[in-house]
Amino acid sequence: MSLTGKEIQGVILAAIALLVVGALPYYGSDYLLSLGITIAMFTVLATSWALFSGPTHYISLATAAFFGLGTYTTGLGFESLPFWSLVLMAGALGAVLAALVGLATLRLSGVYFVIFTLGLAELIRQLITWGQNMTGQKGLYVLTDFTEGNLYMMLVALASAVFLVGWLIGRSRLGFALRIIGDDETVAAHSGINTAQAKVLLFMVSGAVAAMTGAILAPRYVYIEPALAFTPLLSFQVVIMALLGGVHRLWGPIVGVIPFTLILETISANFPNQVTLFIGIVFLIIVYFIPRGFAGLIEQARSWSQSESMA
Amino acid sequence: MTETVLSLRGATKRFGGLVAVNSIDFDVRRGQVLGLIGPNGSGKSTTLNLISGALQPTAGDISLRGVAIGGLRADKIAKRGISRTFQLVRLLPGMNVEQNIIAGAVFGHRRRWGAAAKQDAARLAERVGLGGKGHMAIGQLTYIDTKRVELARALASDPEVLLLDEWLAGLNPTELQVGIELIQSLRDEGRTIILVEHVMDAIRSLCDYCVVMSSGAKIAEGTPDEVLSDPEVIRAYLGDDDA
Repeated sequence: MSLTGKEIQGVILAAIALLVVGALPYYGSDYLLSLGITIAMFTVLATSWALFSGPTHYISLATAAFFGLGTYTTGLGFESLPFWSLVLMAGALGAVLAALVGLATLRLSGVYFVIFTLGLAELIRQLITWGQNMTGQKGLYVLTDFTEGNLYMMLVALASAVFLVGWLIGRSRLGFALRIIGDDETVAAHSGINTAQAKVLLFMVSGAVAAMTGAILAPRYVYIEPALAFTPLLSFQVVIMALLGGVHRLWGPIVGVIPFTLILETISANFPNQVTLFIGIVFLIIVYFIPRGFAGLIEQARSWSQSESMA
Repeated sequence: MTETVLSLRGATKRFGGLVAVNSIDFDVRRGQVLGLIGPNGSGKSTTLNLISGALQPTAGDISLRGVAIGGLRADKIAKRGISRTFQLVRLLPGMNVEQNIIAGAVFGHRRRWGAAAKQDAARLAERVGLGGKGHMAIGQLTYIDTKRVELARALASDPEVLLLDEWLAGLNPTELQVGIELIQSLRDEGRTIILVEHVMDAIRSLCDYCVVMSSGAKIAEGTPDEVLSDPEVIRAYLGDDDA
């Protein structure tokens, strides 16, 4: 495997960014660290979402289902099992859930898939609520010794892994197959691609990562309940951030996550009742004005400046 | 006698009460160009779809070099060595010409990846008349060039049988000549081709053998000259005097 000059440049940039980002707990304030966790969380979720939905154009609203599954894995197991094993277990459960959903729905196209994934999170939430009502339990306390810094570092590590995996997939046959599927599924099948298998595989990666994120973040919430762990708002936020950044590049979603999180933070602090209104407006703006996201705008600006300098 | 590559026996496709393809039999030999002709709606494209796996036959057998492929998924059939173009050109709009061609090389019958796939894509681009256009976007291509890309993609897997669904349709007279020569050159290479076609000149000059369909059934077969002078074929195309 050889790297081109541009790729080496990318690797160096990524290493510097990782150093700056990874050292945040040592120089940042508590507030900055807390913001960092939120940004790291959405970076992982939006990037892994885009790994699947970017090339295939299948909009998944199942992020909350996987995320909630992860938080409950930690919530139920943290007293009896080591934390790292719970994160791995959450990943495995997320992959299994994604495989089941994928096998059931990925043969369906477009809107059916969207509705099913939205319904899935709701279904699991209702099941857990029902289970809790049966046992008379309300929620789960997740009391651990982890500091915000610990959680942050775990998320940064997970984010790095996601970028590495995403980069490898992008260079692989599987990544190429998914791009063909996204462009024309019929052509993909007639070119010899097992379309269902490719889609399910990537959906499993995406689901596993979202579940691992939930598992890592469970201690941050201290007390988890279905309404919090499976909130549909999370699924929508992830979709919007990824689209805002641009899903056709691996680095696209993060370009959307950072400004969106900062603005969302400001708005929810000052106008807590207008948060969903804001999300709705941003969504409309993306659809009408920046369908390829910030990444698309950046590339457009770059090609303009190149043609300017050539002229 | 040369080897039979593809054979259909009683291949049938029903859509509810409509019989689109009614118990079709024919054989394609290695290196043969077989023309599948007939009026609109006679079931030619449906027959191609049965062979390529886009549709599952309701009954009958389809076999490639003696191995049954009828009813397999399209991707499995592609891997066994059947590739196709589409009646309405289907390209991958998000990729350039080179990537569109590579798409046919990576997962199909003869699989290549990386530098080998790139090299072959460049060779095929040259082969179909797209030399130097590898980095062009699909949207910038002329109509005949989009057809060339699709053809190159289909050739990229080095198929046992190539299915061309009205590949010459919609070309202007000059392009048509170029197109016929291109397919002629594939025939000279020894490619086995099934051609669904309306252009009579192309059928006469390209096909070794023709199967004529009407209302889902085979009504004639033979050399182009034989079938095109067959009264029943003329009736199918031009309508019945008594009707």
